[in-house]
Amino acid sequence: MSTRIIVNGEPYVIDAAPDTPLLYVLRNDLGLNGPKFGCGLGQCGACAALVGRNLVRTCATPLRDVGNDHVTTLEGLGSVENPHALQKAFIAEQAAQCGYCTSGIIMAAKVLLEHNRNPSDEEIKNALADHLCRCGVHNRVVRAIRRAALELTR
Amino acid sequence: MTDLVLSRRRFAQGLGIVVVTFAWTARSAIGQAPSNLPFSLRNNRKLNGWIRLEPDNSVIIFTGKAELGQGILTALSQIAAEELDVELDKIRMISADTTCGPDEQYTFGSQSVEQSGAAIRAVGAETRAILLASAARRFDLPETQLNAMTGSVVAPDGRRATYWQIASEEPEILRREIAANIVPKRSTDYRIVGQSINRVDLPPKLTGRASYVQDMRLPGMIFARVVRPPRYGAKLVALDETTARSVPGLVAVIRDGNFLAVAAEREEQAIAARNALALGARWSDDGISLPDISNLPEELRQLRSETSVVGTAGQSEPVPPGAKRISAEYTRSYVSHGSIGPSCAVALLKNGHMTVWSHTQGAFPLRADLAKVLGMQNTEVDVIHVPGSGCYGHNGADDVALDAALVARAVTGRPIKLQWMRDDEFAWAPLGPAMTMKVEATLSFEGRIVDWSYDVWSNSHAMRPGQAGGVNLLAAWDLNVPFTKSPAPHIPQPFGDGDRNAPPPYELPRKEIRNHLLLDTPIRNGSFRTLGAHGNVFAIESFMDELAEAAGHDPVAFRLAHLKDPRARAVIEAAAAKAGWTQGAKGDRERGRGFAYSRYKMIGMYAAVVVDVNIDRKSGIVRVPKVVIAADIGCVVNPDGARNQIEGGIVQAVSVTLKEQVTFDRREITSRDWAGYPILTFPEVPSIDVVLMNRSEPSLGAGEGSLPPTSAALANAFAHATGRRLRLLPMTPERVKAALA
Repeated sequence: MSTRIIVNGEPYVIDAAPDTPLLYVLRNDLGLNGPKFGCGLGQCGACAALVGRNLVRTCATPLRDVGNDHVTTLEGLGSVENPHALQKAFIAEQAAQCGYCTSGIIMAAKVLLEHNRNPSDEEIKNALADHLCRCGVHNRVVRAIRRAALELTR
Repeated sequence: MTDLVLSRRRFAQGLGIVVVTFAWTARSAIGQAPSNLPFSLRNNRKLNGWIRLEPDNSVIIFTGKAELGQGILTALSQIAAEELDVELDKIRMISADTTCGPDEQYTFGSQSVEQSGAAIRAVGAETRAILLASAARRFDLPETQLNAMTGSVVAPDGRRATYWQIASEEPEILRREIAANIVPKRSTDYRIVGQSINRVDLPPKLTGRASYVQDMRLPGMIFARVVRPPRYGAKLVALDETTARSVPGLVAVIRDGNFLAVAAEREEQAIAARNALALGARWSDDGISLPDISNLPEELRQLRSETSVVGTAGQSEPVPPGAKRISAEYTRSYVSHGSIGPSCAVALLKNGHMTVWSHTQGAFPLRADLAKVLGMQNTEVDVIHVPGSGCYGHNGADDVALDAALVARAVTGRPIKLQWMRDDEFAWAPLGPAMTMKVEATLSFEGRIVDWSYDVWSNSHAMRPGQAGGVNLLAAWDLNVPFTKSPAPHIPQPFGDGDRNAPPPYELPRKEIRNHLLLDTPIRNGSFRTLGAHGNVFAIESFMDELAEAAGHDPVAFRLAHLKDPRARAVIEAAAAKAGWTQGAKGDRERGRGFAYSRYKMIGMYAAVVVDVNIDRKSGIVRVPKVVIAADIGCVVNPDGARNQIEGGIVQAVSVTLKEQVTFDRREITSRDWAGYPILTFPEVPSIDVVLMNRSEPSLGAGEGSLPPTSAALANAFAHATGRRLRLLPMTPERVKAALA
């Protein structure tokens, strides 16, 4: 059974069962590393990516539900050579320790900044309330998102 | 330490494999090594085992320590570049790999900068000196006239030779035994050490380049999952594999005793097969009886135990008459590491050689235990460290490595990737043991502590692979021909185990500290960040506040009155000043402020912490708006990296103190997802102010020391605000409401 999806601007034909969680398609069929398996229950946010303009938990989103919406992962934002403002800001603030949760957090920040160009600390924290970080870099993440917001509106 | 008695016999008993890794330099020198040789060099004497000058003008530095997200590879690169006089971007690190590089045992105990850093500093200084001497010969000039800079040796007349030129012409130049006879740079000459260099591994991790073991993809790789029993001790009675075998893409069902796993072509197929196999498995109804969680302190004390005195002074004198004798009892619950990414490993058995890629903290000890279980020679097994999700201690990393190796053995020739599911990690990984502490003290009429008596009950927090007398890998206990767990080790003070930081840091004329190592282990026990230090510092520092109150003294002044160490006093004064500590300030029922001090392991990082709390008396929710810490970690290699570690420890401490407890009924663990094991979230995280003391003494690890005193200061802040004290962690809303009723 094959399904057409568009990921980070490229079209793909995926040969997988339609109920396959999008996470495994992204990671294993397309070789993407941004979305991570954290809980498989939609509780932690490590797997978060964009489907259309919405932040989704790819561990709990079946392939068949993607439809024509464009999927965007961390890789779709930027690269080591050409990083997105958010990636640059996370590096500048050293807003990661292990970095396992960071992809989902950066994707959530991307959605936040699209709705709110200049979020307060409070608004950033609330937007990330469902994203778990165990290393304890929360304050650095908030600073990084504020820094990116500044750069994006400059 | 001078007033603590440690009997020689007990110390010698402790010299098993674990203890040797603790750099107990004073008395455990190994072999013929010079006495000043850094600990990690003693069993890794070959210079070219630590450093290689590559044809592409880079320097490879080998370390036995692993990147766990703490930034160690960046800090070690800085030390290497500094001593070698090369640019930082010339350094490439290869870490924790049994195919090459030094065996530095485990990455734990905040010892990586202390141990690997000291070794690499000596290696760098010696390599630089060797290259300088070689250039002196070729230029026919005395070494004193030569300079080393940015990877070259330069003569006054302008002649220069790069390190790599010298190495290409003298390929054997680093093939020698380390002499460690070169004095490293003075800290005042540092250009790279002491700078907040950005982490070298973050740009790839933050842009989605393959960085983690979870990201490994080998040609022909298949996916595997495990099916664990429903509870500790349950046995597989019957297995119907039919449904699992009908899952599309299934490659293998692996059964060995009570160990069950599946392998499939695709990851979601492996998960489907896991679910199907779990439904087809019938387990015995018995198991290990778990403690009554509502009565944890008593339940712990009823377990079989082995008691030892780990600190004593003044016992030949009677307890002086005092104004007051008070006592209290404290408990912390079982704690999960809560790694965001469940443990994962990749394994391949090919041509009789097993290779396992793992986020283990101890590649070499894990290799030894894997070989034992697989019935292979050490030389037939390799473990290569690849980063995973943060672990904060001994999580499922090693266990999943054996799981993966067992599957790889069943599907020879094909690489397999096995990641645990969320409930595997929560229910089966080792947990930070619950601890209960009783402390009793006498105050003199002047308000000084004249007697101190302390007891701690805890399982061992040190049950890693590579320990003597057994195998500490989960699946090994479930095989048809099972292995047994290693017995708990005896780790002497000042490192300790459940008794880490049990001896109080204060000047006390009369004291006795007893460790009751619990021998029954109903809940699987292991190392969580700081081992017993968390529980002990929570108890000691809570009790110091209770004593200060009984004496009518300010908590900060009371601590200073019992401390002589100038570095201890300095962090206490710095934290109090930064936070604007006001003597005699009163809590107002809802807001309060608490203080705590500790020196991690009694020989590590100094930390003093001020925590502010807001309490919603109606809901019982405790909020922490602000934490201030002053930390002394000696000479700071990377200030921002150190701050990041210290901040992380504080957040984890607030989370553990307010929220975290593994839950179970009498049969099995019930906290198996994030709903059952909540941790601190973004809106709940305090603002944090870190004061790093400016010191030139040897570097001390920064990875753990902020956690224990933060927990205690938070408990003290609650008591300060409300006049009621919570002595049982975590401080859940139900307990808060009960305390305030």
